[in-house]
Amino acid sequence: MQVPASFQYRKATSVAHALSLLAEYGPEARVVAGGHSLLPMMKLRLAHPEALVDINDLAELAEIRVEGGALVIGALVRHAELLSSAVAGRHFPILHDAERVIADPIVRNRGTVGGSLCQADPSEDLSAVFAALRAELVVRGLDGERVVAARDFFVGPYETVLADGELLVAIRVPIRPSVSAYVKVDRRAGDWAVGAAAAVLELAGGVVAEVGIGLTALGARKFVAAEAEDHLRAGPPSGERFAEAARIAAAHCAPTADQRGPVDYKRHLAGELVARALRGAVGRAA
Amino acid sequence: MQIAVVVNGEEHVRDVEPRLLLVHFLREDLGLTGTHWGCDTSNCGVCVVHLDGVPVKSCTVLAVMADGREVRTVEGLARGADLDPVQRGFIACHGLQCGFCTPGMLMTARWLLDHDPDPSTEDIRAALSGQLCRCTGYENIVRSVRWAAENGSEAAS
Repeated sequence: MQVPASFQYRKATSVAHALSLLAEYGPEARVVAGGHSLLPMMKLRLAHPEALVDINDLAELAEIRVEGGALVIGALVRHAELLSSAVAGRHFPILHDAERVIADPIVRNRGTVGGSLCQADPSEDLSAVFAALRAELVVRGLDGERVVAARDFFVGPYETVLADGELLVAIRVPIRPSVSAYVKVDRRAGDWAVGAAAAVLELAGGVVAEVGIGLTALGARKFVAAEAEDHLRAGPPSGERFAEAARIAAAHCAPTADQRGPVDYKRHLAGELVARALRGAVGRAA
Repeated sequence: MQIAVVVNGEEHVRDVEPRLLLVHFLREDLGLTGTHWGCDTSNCGVCVVHLDGVPVKSCTVLAVMADGREVRTVEGLARGADLDPVQRGFIACHGLQCGFCTPGMLMTARWLLDHDPDPSTEDIRAALSGQLCRCTGYENIVRSVRWAAENGSEAAS
């Protein structure tokens, strides 16, 4: 039987309360929401927090709304809620593409958007998606709020810029006319990605005004293919340019070999998935 | 810490360790062994119960997280001697072999039909995609859920 080691458990009743609890218990405290990454790690003793601060009751963090020209997704929004959100899908179909392939329907009922980002698993899907979307992450601490670009949120595997005592409260995605898509290759339903690519294109006057390309599980710095983005910006959204961007993305990512495949296969996949994501996004243009 | 959980309509007050998982609370503390305990890593889905009406994998939920909430387990499907249509469907269509995955399959199937009374076989497969049957009896499981959809007007719930 896998059971976590003992810990103290406190249920937060507000964001302010959660922050004061995090301050009270110090660096050995962890926030728990869906718990679908943290609890298995605690069972395996890969994580052993002295205290868990449960934020599941914080309804203020569980909303999806449009505010100030941005889609605002509360950190506690469950994957299933983002997947069924019409407003999210209307503005950013990439969010539904990704949510449809994250774990399975039962896990999606429990796992949260904010939890996935804070876990910072290199194979987690939303990191690349929000990096491609150039989302802003709203972080609150006892001293107030700060906003971190999604691309600057991740320090490395399982590591983010969140300081002790800080809480991710929301993800803001600026609403600009765009087309987007996320494509993933996995070995079976609900599995982690062998590789996946996110593409977001802002098209204006027949050229790519701005572009975001994200890569999941493929060793891309900050989860993005910045050099491929540079290649596409300000040019026409042509198949030829997409193919070159895909080649650049494949050349610049740094996948590692594991049970899901060797490096050369994953590098090939990176190029193929970037091309598919770009074509898929443009195919959605009205 | 003390928790109060309504399970299948009945309130239970217990003193539990925070690290106790909901699946073990149900099985060990309450003796409701219908909910099975399998992979322990939220992969297999045999431990699915409804938490405030939403199916969750109870091996990855702390019992303290259910404090003040309602849990429905496979024991709460039938009404007395009247089996739920999904249970009757699994009998009618031979939806189980060893039966280990059945409680989780039943709970997810019930939730699916509550939200979509006429799901396609693709819908059923997608809904059950987080659950493993190691007898690989998926064809009959899908048929069983379809049977419940077609014969479930007298749902016990």
